[in-house]
Amino acid sequence: MIKGVQTSARRSEQAQTRALAFHTAKFDLTSFFFTGLTGLATLIILATLITILGNVLWHGWEGLSWRFISSSAKKDMFDVEKAGVLPMIVGTSARVILMTIFVIPVGVITAIYLTEYAHATSLFPRVIRGAISNLAGVPSIVFGLFGLGFFVNFVGQKMDTLLHAENAGLVWGQPALIWASLTLAIMTLPVVIVATEESLKAIPVGLREASLALGATKLETIVQIVLPQALPGILTGGILAISRAAGEVAPILFTGAAYYMADLPKSLTDQFMDLGYHVFVLSTQSPNIDQTRPILFATVVVLLLLTFALNIIAILVRANMRKKMRAVS
Amino acid sequence: MVVFREMSRTSPQNKRFIGWKGLRRGHTARPLEWLVEKGIFVVSLSTIVLIFLIFLFTALEALPVFLGNTNNSLVQKTIPVEAMDRLTPKQLREYLGLTEKEFAGMPRETLKSLMEVKIETASEAPNDKDAALDTTSWRYLLLPYQWTGYDKSEYIWQPVSQIQKYNIVPLLIGSLKTTLVALLFSVPLALGAAIYVSQLSKPRVREYLKPAVELLAGIPSVVLGFFALMVMATLLQKAFGYQSRLNTFVAGIALGLAVIPVVFSIAEDALTSVPRSYTHAALALGSSRWQAAWQIVLPAAIPGVFAAVMLGFGRAIGETMVVLMASGNASILSWNLFDSTRTMTATIAAELAETVTHGHHYRILFMLGTLLFLVTFVANLVADVVIHRLKHKLEGK
Repeated sequence: MIKGVQTSARRSEQAQTRALAFHTAKFDLTSFFFTGLTGLATLIILATLITILGNVLWHGWEGLSWRFISSSAKKDMFDVEKAGVLPMIVGTSARVILMTIFVIPVGVITAIYLTEYAHATSLFPRVIRGAISNLAGVPSIVFGLFGLGFFVNFVGQKMDTLLHAENAGLVWGQPALIWASLTLAIMTLPVVIVATEESLKAIPVGLREASLALGATKLETIVQIVLPQALPGILTGGILAISRAAGEVAPILFTGAAYYMADLPKSLTDQFMDLGYHVFVLSTQSPNIDQTRPILFATVVVLLLLTFALNIIAILVRANMRKKMRAVS
Repeated sequence: MVVFREMSRTSPQNKRFIGWKGLRRGHTARPLEWLVEKGIFVVSLSTIVLIFLIFLFTALEALPVFLGNTNNSLVQKTIPVEAMDRLTPKQLREYLGLTEKEFAGMPRETLKSLMEVKIETASEAPNDKDAALDTTSWRYLLLPYQWTGYDKSEYIWQPVSQIQKYNIVPLLIGSLKTTLVALLFSVPLALGAAIYVSQLSKPRVREYLKPAVELLAGIPSVVLGFFALMVMATLLQKAFGYQSRLNTFVAGIALGLAVIPVVFSIAEDALTSVPRSYTHAALALGSSRWQAAWQIVLPAAIPGVFAAVMLGFGRAIGETMVVLMASGNASILSWNLFDSTRTMTATIAAELAETVTHGHHYRILFMLGTLLFLVTFVANLVADVVIHRLKHKLEGK
């Protein structure tokens, strides 16, 4: 049985190569040249990617140590011997985790509406789709401005007048962890929606129909049948959103990132130190750029490890999902 | 039986509206479920609301600039302190530039001293013809002007000086110049790669090539900026031997690296969505793979390629950290690619933290943000419509 399959596979392969040989018998110099040219473009892009990663890893590896990752620079963050990135890792993780809590429910619910409820021809889903692709294209610095204008200066100050009318100081009406997370949540909303939608569409209609035929209502079907199946896709969306948000600096410049803080953030209204912002600070405001080079490269390596590890996990989960989908259809 | 009759009477039009009592189709009443489904709909509108809010709150902060209601001239009409009682409270409040809340909580003595301060600053105003100008009005934002101490009319952005100069033309040109370099660098590379990956490479290689190129999108822009600043700037300076280390050229190339994955990904999708039968027909007629890709597939997918370039443009003009770190940040008006430059995004990022909330400078930076929003909004909208039409055409609907 297996042998038969193999021989037939080999036979079709042979037929293909024979067909190809017949086809490429006529050699065309122009085609060869341009195929090479486009191949070269691909190669240049990949080479650049490898150069950047290789260069950063090569220079950053020596500065990387357990002490560097696990200690915080209490006195001088430009001191090569004592500097550590613990507060930045904590700050970045905190804002990213908070962001996930905000963005996942909204993103998943929107995707459910678009795939399960909306009619393809009606107005709302079309406008919502337009809004999603526009939201994905808004420049990150505009998100920063929006975060400052809306969350910090409007919502925060309104909350201060309502909740803390007696003391004059600002509690909510200043850059804070929660405002940075909310700003990032809005920025990554399209990522989550698109990933979830893709995974919802991959679920066979027969599964839904079977559930409905057994007497389940539409909502029961969605909650008990569709969503568990879509979980890997939702997970991918979450991971992609995190990896996108972890490296963003522009939206948090005015909404929560601190140049230097002696302590770790303790509450939602605290500011925080951030890995990406720290890379910016180290590379543009260092008193002696040659001396601080090792910690700068090491910080970049930590940031890259964080975002790339997440990216690769997302790509693997997604590839696995696509394979399953192909098997089903 | 009753249920059956109920169901058969339901027309397809009102199938969707089961209603919270569940009566129409003989369903059992499930008000909670009905409520949850309405909730899902309301939550799904959040993206529309958010786009609207983003525009509203950036434009609202900039509104006084758009309307010309800001006035930052150093020489202003003053009213002597003795005349205080002759003014109505409203006039007094507007004269001192206070909000209603601040004004209500202020004792008479404080108001008096505020008026004195106002007279004092007026007397200390520089003895300069430019001191009386309102530099936040549109004339000074867009047109050149010969400032005191300059030989000719110039476009100058210099917000931190005694007489603040807010001409946004150098920033606009800086943004356009950098974007142009980025697109010239990235579009040919990304399109070449998209054609190769989608049409010419072997299927087995393609599966690895596409995610590999898209991995470039995973590099945070601050890391690209850092790389441009620390490594590329030095290398390129050695190779081309120009004067200033950080300039438009370096920033544009680094920006191009951020644009490549956007253009590649959209263009590759558009090329792949062209039916394989097009290619097969061309190959059967004796064309080579390249001829099929160039003469058949690319023309069919050209709107998608256009959309990819539009989205790349939107990404390039809105990118902040790369240009902030690699462009040199000098607001010089020149079209020379090897001069340092300053873009709109970098200006906002660098200056907003130091401005007074709701001051002139703050509002003008928000105006730049509103302009950026509008430009990218239009670019996205055009790209979106074009892609939508292309899909319809290729799917034959």
